[in-house]
Amino acid sequence: MAGYILRRLLQAVPVLLGTTFLIYFMVFAMPGDPLLALFGDKAPDPALLERLREQYHLDQPFIVQYFLYLGGIFHGDFGTSFSGEPVSAILVRTFPVTIRLAIMALIIEFVGGVLIGLISGLRKGKLFDASALVVSLIFISLPIFVIAFVAQFVFGIQLGWVKTTVSAGAPIQDLILPAFVLASITFAQLIRLTRASVIETEQLDFVRTAYSKGLSRRRIIPVHILRNSLIPVVTYAATDFGVLLVGATVTEGIFNVPGVGRTLYQAIVQGQGPTVVSFVTVMVLIYLVVNLVVDLLYGLLDPRIRYVK
Amino acid sequence: MSDPTRENLPQGAGAQEPLLEIKDLQVGFQTTGGMVTAVRGVDITLMPGQTLAIVGESGSGKSTTAAAIINLLPGSGRITGGSIRFNGEELTKYSPRQMEEIRGRQIGFVPQDPMSNLNPVWSVGFQVEETIRANGIASGRKAVREHAVQVLREAGLQDADKRLKQFPHQFSGGMRQRVLIGIGLSSRPKLLIADEPTSALDVTVQRRILDHLETLTRDIGTAVLFITHDLGLAAERAEQLVVMYKGKIVESGPSKEILENPQHPYTQRLVAAAPSLASRRIQSATAETAHHALGDLEYAPTKVTEGLDLIAAAEQRLEHIPAPAGDGPRRPDAIVVKDLTKIYKLRGQKKGAANTITASDKVSFAVEKGTTTALVGESGSGKSTVAKMILRLEDPTSGAIMIDGVDVAPLKGKGLLDLRRRMQPVFQDPYGSLNPLRNIGNTIGEPLQIHGVGDRTARRDRVLELLDQVALPQTLITRYPSELSGGQRQRVAIARALALKPDIVVLDEAVSALDVLVQAQILKLLADLQSELELTYLFITHDLAVVRVIADNVCVMQQGRIVEAATTDQVFDSPQEQYTKELLNAIPGAGITLGV
Repeated sequence: MAGYILRRLLQAVPVLLGTTFLIYFMVFAMPGDPLLALFGDKAPDPALLERLREQYHLDQPFIVQYFLYLGGIFHGDFGTSFSGEPVSAILVRTFPVTIRLAIMALIIEFVGGVLIGLISGLRKGKLFDASALVVSLIFISLPIFVIAFVAQFVFGIQLGWVKTTVSAGAPIQDLILPAFVLASITFAQLIRLTRASVIETEQLDFVRTAYSKGLSRRRIIPVHILRNSLIPVVTYAATDFGVLLVGATVTEGIFNVPGVGRTLYQAIVQGQGPTVVSFVTVMVLIYLVVNLVVDLLYGLLDPRIRYVK
Repeated sequence: MSDPTRENLPQGAGAQEPLLEIKDLQVGFQTTGGMVTAVRGVDITLMPGQTLAIVGESGSGKSTTAAAIINLLPGSGRITGGSIRFNGEELTKYSPRQMEEIRGRQIGFVPQDPMSNLNPVWSVGFQVEETIRANGIASGRKAVREHAVQVLREAGLQDADKRLKQFPHQFSGGMRQRVLIGIGLSSRPKLLIADEPTSALDVTVQRRILDHLETLTRDIGTAVLFITHDLGLAAERAEQLVVMYKGKIVESGPSKEILENPQHPYTQRLVAAAPSLASRRIQSATAETAHHALGDLEYAPTKVTEGLDLIAAAEQRLEHIPAPAGDGPRRPDAIVVKDLTKIYKLRGQKKGAANTITASDKVSFAVEKGTTTALVGESGSGKSTVAKMILRLEDPTSGAIMIDGVDVAPLKGKGLLDLRRRMQPVFQDPYGSLNPLRNIGNTIGEPLQIHGVGDRTARRDRVLELLDQVALPQTLITRYPSELSGGQRQRVAIARALALKPDIVVLDEAVSALDVLVQAQILKLLADLQSELELTYLFITHDLAVVRVIADNVCVMQQGRIVEAATTDQVFDSPQEQYTKELLNAIPGAGITLGV
């Protein structure tokens, strides 16, 4: 098992190198001079411009810039943003907020989605199932910013249950509404997947055998139906985490959450290579770790996989 | 039937109350087009401790009847009429809650497919223990565990205590079926419903498990409702038979009487088509007459059994085959296989463990032109590997294959294409081996197209001719596989194999997935085609009973080796190897004496 985890972590190294290179290249290839853009309409002092270029290595060829950045990472130096703040400081400030939001969304999505999916699957074709399908279809069709604005308006302004924007430090009670909104993007898919999986499992031979053994339905549903249905659902939730991180960018903008999304957006617009690459690298790293955890969980859920490894 | 005390039971049971009494049972399935009746007016009476078998082909309603008893009808199935009395109680009036009490505790169930009937994510011990707990047989961790071990041990599972923690995928099919039998009998039920409990298993395993089940249920005094498609098996295992056809009982009574004197035309056809019975009959005939002339059988095909009778088919086949060895010049060999070896490498093995598996170990045999050689063995014996190598679908590790005297190993490109033209396969699964998106005409015509034979009209004519040859209506040319029955599909697969006028046809379990009547028709068709087209068959099967009626020579394979090779008569009359004897004994119906 330990060997398997080590092998997976080693596999992450080339993935990380590849992604950082690609992102760095894309930022470099963006049109426009990032420094000139900083000065806006004013004409900058050529000497200052020269000094800034040197400071941010913008006078060097692309490949040199990339390796200088990569070398820095090994010394714990993620570079400096245009505002003069070290990128590492921004990472530490913003990532915990976004991760908190994403995990809250994931929990809401998973618990709610599996529960509703299970009930729908067991009552296939009944009223509950039909309504769940219609509602989930609405959520699938609506873009996240529409859901976000509507939620903000209804719960924040009309009902006044929650604050419309998140206060500094992003406390959990402020994040509940954004987390629900964020969960809503993948929620509907999860309901449908769980439902399909439950319907399929319910028809399998061993479920009938379980009934023939004299087990009650109350025991068969969690032990023989839900447990087996979760295997594809958990796999889906892993890829889902990436979608949540992306969705967080939009949600954070609307709810004014001081997380990764807003910062990353600004950095992209300003062409700040080191900041963008550092953020994306951390996101890729999180994604890889989540996938590893899910693969391990998968083995826990399905013994046939456990013994192959 | 092997035990004389069992035969006496029915008379003694006359005074007793029946354990199970089904009267005028009707079962229907709700479909979009309305109610479809699957069981129409079935009456069954089963005495305590008795064994009764329901026989029928797929779709006859036999499994539906069994499922109705314990109210586990699949999908939209419902009991629409009649009564099921069990132990004096009317089960059709029971609430779902009351049925839970009956299931497992009073009526045990052993399902058909051991591969899919255990939950793959829970350990075997867990699944036995939850049954024991649910039925209140024992309580407390230790007592439940001990009972589980005892149950599995009774079911014939070795090292039951050590294997509790293992998962179903670590068990072989036979072991899983023992677990399921253990579960079914764990609370000493009064009735056990066994729905084709061994049809997914190898013949020798099947025999051992059924023997064990018979002893076990007799010791406990459990009545058995045995459901099977094999008339020979049913007659051997049950004293009473019920024959079902299209949801109705066409004949019922003591097994012996039904086998010896079937009254209903359908039963007559089943008796004629069952390979196990046919091979027994041929066997007793050849043993008595000493010379192998089937024509001496006092046997007249009747109208109802026409085209189905395996003996007639075997007889007809014998007429065209070459004289026995020594009596005349041997024809040239179509296939010669010499020291054929295939070694597979295994992945993911622990260090030190053997990391190769020898699927085929120095296999040598020859098939004379225009004859049939059967390659017989159980799953894992390597018979299919040999077939694949002969078809050049797998490359041998070592050894040589000669087709019509030409070594096929160096063949590439055009040479290989020409080889494939002369040698065609037919596979087991008539559902998996036809592309569902191509119509029948295209499917049969595809080999012609690939090999560039004729133009469009010529190819179409050939397809129509082939449909005639395999006795399918020409109108099928535009239909799709999903619209065809299993037997029709297998005919299409045979037609496709014959499209290029091959000399050799490799039949890999080509009739194993079919119902007996359909199987008999296909075997007859194969025999007809052989005499008509001078085909050479390599017939791969696990079923020795089928071999008896189709093959001239037999090679028995075990663990990658040929353990015995001889003519069919020699193998059946005087088997040399212990393993061959075991296989022969495993053909159902050994204890049945049949009036020939």
